[in-house]
Amino acid sequence: MNFVYEKLMGGKRGLTGFIILAALILVVFPLFFDIFRLSLVGKYLTYAFAAVSLVLLWGFGGILSLGQGIFFGLGGYGMAMFLKLEASSPENTSIQSTPGIPDFMDWNQLTELPWFWVPFNSLTFTILAILILPAAFAYLIGAAMFKRRVGGVYFAIITQVISVILTVLIVGQQGYTGGINGMTDLRTMHGWDITSDSARYIFYFINSFLLLSVIVLGRFILTSKFGSLLLAMRDKEDRVRFSGYDVSNFKIFIFCIAALISAIGGAMFTLQVGFMSPSFVGIVPSIEMVIFCAVGGRMSLIGAVYGTLLINFGKTAFSETFPELWLFLMGGLFISVVMFFPNGLAGIWEDYSHHLISRLTAFKNKIRKMLPNTGGKTPTQDAG
Amino acid sequence: MNYENSLTLAIEDLTVSFDGFKAVDALNLYLDKNELHVVIGPNGAGKTTVLDLICGKTKSTSGSIKFLNKELTKMPEHEIVRAGVGRKFQTPSIYENLTVLENLEVSYPEGRGVIGSLLFKRTDKVRTKIHEVAEQIMLVDSLDTEAALLSHGQKQWLEIGMLLIQDPQLLMLDEPVAGMSVKEREQTAELLNKISEGRSVLVIEHDMEFVARIADKVTVLHQGKILAAGNMKEVQNDPKVIEVYLGH
Repeated sequence: MNFVYEKLMGGKRGLTGFIILAALILVVFPLFFDIFRLSLVGKYLTYAFAAVSLVLLWGFGGILSLGQGIFFGLGGYGMAMFLKLEASSPENTSIQSTPGIPDFMDWNQLTELPWFWVPFNSLTFTILAILILPAAFAYLIGAAMFKRRVGGVYFAIITQVISVILTVLIVGQQGYTGGINGMTDLRTMHGWDITSDSARYIFYFINSFLLLSVIVLGRFILTSKFGSLLLAMRDKEDRVRFSGYDVSNFKIFIFCIAALISAIGGAMFTLQVGFMSPSFVGIVPSIEMVIFCAVGGRMSLIGAVYGTLLINFGKTAFSETFPELWLFLMGGLFISVVMFFPNGLAGIWEDYSHHLISRLTAFKNKIRKMLPNTGGKTPTQDAG
Repeated sequence: MNYENSLTLAIEDLTVSFDGFKAVDALNLYLDKNELHVVIGPNGAGKTTVLDLICGKTKSTSGSIKFLNKELTKMPEHEIVRAGVGRKFQTPSIYENLTVLENLEVSYPEGRGVIGSLLFKRTDKVRTKIHEVAEQIMLVDSLDTEAALLSHGQKQWLEIGMLLIQDPQLLMLDEPVAGMSVKEREQTAELLNKISEGRSVLVIEHDMEFVARIADKVTVLHQGKILAAGNMKEVQNDPKVIEVYLGH
């Protein structure tokens, strides 16, 4: 019990923040938003997975990945392949020249399901693939980079390049991937209509629970010795190396975890939005994920969720009215956060909540003094 | 120990060249157990490079470094550390964002793998060891202080403590008293004399008064080669040393 309280929730302060976030996404949003808006929030929360992964990787590990879209996309495409296969049953596709294969394959003169698509007929395989393949890919990239001591800007550029390569590959291999349009018309899962309101509610809650679990997982990692080592490596990599640690293994591991988390977000995205396309893999989404994380506070798992929500609400509101200005606004916001609030929303909260709490305590004590009859208790000092 | 009579460290014919420039040139250096050996020499003599070579930060061009009969030249850095070689850097290299306790804990030689570090627990054994080391390095009252807030001298001690907690057989210190006050120098000299019991210590230092207080043996390096070696008195009176290093 103590372990859960101290380690996973981060003591009193951490627990309060966690409960507020959980209440917001599990109670407040579902109560006050209709299903259309709620689905939108659900979509934003899938981006929050990537933002949370960047808190671990970039905020604490000091490893800036400009390619989290790679893993978000791999997770999303994994789920999309499963759903697309189900949508392409021989009955649904009887007008194609080859019934039983996805429509875009038929358009591209494929007459047979490619071998790597076949296992995605199984939901179990799909889920395992979502959990394993992106992390395995991250392992390959990580091992190639970190074992050779490539880091910093070079790592950021290389991840960005990989995300471009992946986009080009997906767009170019239309017959296998659906090309620039992505995989669309994803409607059912084992015959269950995933576009129905009830399915959307269910996915929203599954998504929220997964996100909260990921935050708990993040807390577990950060409060362990591994977490201290991440900070230590960020500041003095050589000291860690010369204290007997194989630094590259730690970097590879956190990169794999970040990939896994992003991939879960991607899979939940496909389930809730009903399609997946290369526009969620490339440079722009990958950098947006970094912005979500920076605005929320790159040292705060919970802050990253708020950052994601804030930016996306802003994007929706502004891009409806001033579509051409939005990108400038977001760029400006990113620059000003980096320059003036390096710890983002979480940092602002951290700085000002103390004032707020001490004022409230002072106010409470004042009232107690003004009412001398309210028991002989001395006001308890709340150090939280 | 099986190597009761053998040397802790035997460097033979060690050479490293950077684009033809031989920073260390056919160096031979031997360290006994319990020996506190100080390397002195003018700037650019290759002192720090020798430490870099031993701990694996720089790879040698030729020659051998044997530590308790293990060849170090081909081993990766973390394995050299695990074999029992600790190294302190010239500028205090500590984790400023962590507390003194956390700094020592991170250096505790358990949970060094990824999974091990995730499951590592601050047991009583770990706590006792941390306290023991903190007492040695005179920081037992500052365990919960963020390391960034320590004085310069305390940071140097903390880094020494981070090495001590690993109980290395060979401890290498690069200018441990640089920037320290007179009193701190005295305390450090005492500390070094204490911790050199049961292990070998290799120190690089400029402060001759300090060297005289701690050194069992002194080696003078000049342009990557040994100029003189012996005890402090012999070295101080060596005419070559006076000419290139100590001045007239």
